[in-house]
Amino acid sequence: MAGVEGLSADAESVLGWRAHEIEQELPELRLLISEARHTREQPLTGGSPPDVRRRLSELSDRFRGARAVAIRREPVPAAYRVFFRHIGLEPDAVRTPIEAVVLERMAHGGFPTRGLLEDVLLVALVDTGVPVWALDAESVDGQLGIRASREGERLGRGADAPSLPAGRLVVADTSVALAVLFGELAPGHQPHAATRRVTLFAVQVAGVPSVYAEEALWACRTALEQP
Amino acid sequence: MSSREQSVIEREDPAHGLTVSWGYDLAAAQRTDAIALESGQGAERAARASLRAQIARLEREQSAIVAEHFPHISVPVRASAAECGPSLLDMGELERARDRLAHELQELRIDAVRRVEHERRAREQLQRMKLEPGRYKFARLPVRDLGQGVCGVWEVRPRLGLIGMLAGWWELKLSSGCPLSRGSRSTRDPGSRQ
Repeated sequence: MAGVEGLSADAESVLGWRAHEIEQELPELRLLISEARHTREQPLTGGSPPDVRRRLSELSDRFRGARAVAIRREPVPAAYRVFFRHIGLEPDAVRTPIEAVVLERMAHGGFPTRGLLEDVLLVALVDTGVPVWALDAESVDGQLGIRASREGERLGRGADAPSLPAGRLVVADTSVALAVLFGELAPGHQPHAATRRVTLFAVQVAGVPSVYAEEALWACRTALEQP
Repeated sequence: MSSREQSVIEREDPAHGLTVSWGYDLAAAQRTDAIALESGQGAERAARASLRAQIARLEREQSAIVAEHFPHISVPVRASAAECGPSLLDMGELERARDRLAHELQELRIDAVRRVEHERRAREQLQRMKLEPGRYKFARLPVRDLGQGVCGVWEVRPRLGLIGMLAGWWELKLSSGCPLSRGSRSTRDPGSRQ
């Protein structure tokens, strides 16, 4: 595996490793990782505090129909659409994260609140266009990276972990796959009500400036680390 | 015997340790093969990169057409597409993805041309209805056909109802847009106003 650990413009986030074949084929694919300490009173899975709700409401107002239609042409969402095609996903069938939430915004007339952590990740996504995921830091073994799944591999460490087809692009720690790239997280590795430390990761693709990915992680960190 | 093998034989010199039992420098051949393989792999990687660049161009053009002609033109989604997962695509898969996208784009271009022509004809019709409403009595033209939204209809109607019909006073009117989601005020339950 090719290591690019430690390279980062932002002292608070690090770059994850990439398997050699991914580095060769998709050289501009990056995994940015950051750790956040959850210091708010509310549990991560509980209701959002007023400041987060207010931010969601502001962002709901920012997205109207015309922008929702044109979002696929904006540079960052367009970059994710292209990348989806490059890894065999059709963005009109499997929506990119930003398009999925914008579609939901149009359907519901606003961004519905789904709990503190979900809301914080949503705010970062809508603000920057860069998707961020969170894992319970206690369940992560070593640094995260991107690789293809192996034959017979499962998603996560749990006994009920679903099996993965070989060759699926996954975000993994040093031993197991913890998330399908742009897909589901491994069961049992998501942050829960008692989680105090989360590992955040953002996927940066060709055409997305690093500052956007770093800002997305920074936004999540600062939102979670408020007293 | 190839020229490479011949040159190895000619250079064979036990004093310099170049001992090859049958005159063939296996190590050198392997190195050459490795370089050839590497350059072959490099060429294939470059070809895949080129396919990805083509896919990126096609995707951008497709997005531009869909965004410009929304909601009249949309991308058909294959039923099986939602079942795909992320993976590194090989040359064949990239070619198929490129070809499928190119085909879809070609269809979208044709739809876009048809749509532009349809809107042009609708605008001309509206212009004629404005100039001579009496010739287009009760003619209706949805604004959707003009590419100006989804609700509303241009209609040639008689002024003052029956009087206008008898007197030949015709005018072009635009309906008031999309219906309210809760129905018109007059038909709402009076109790719901509280």
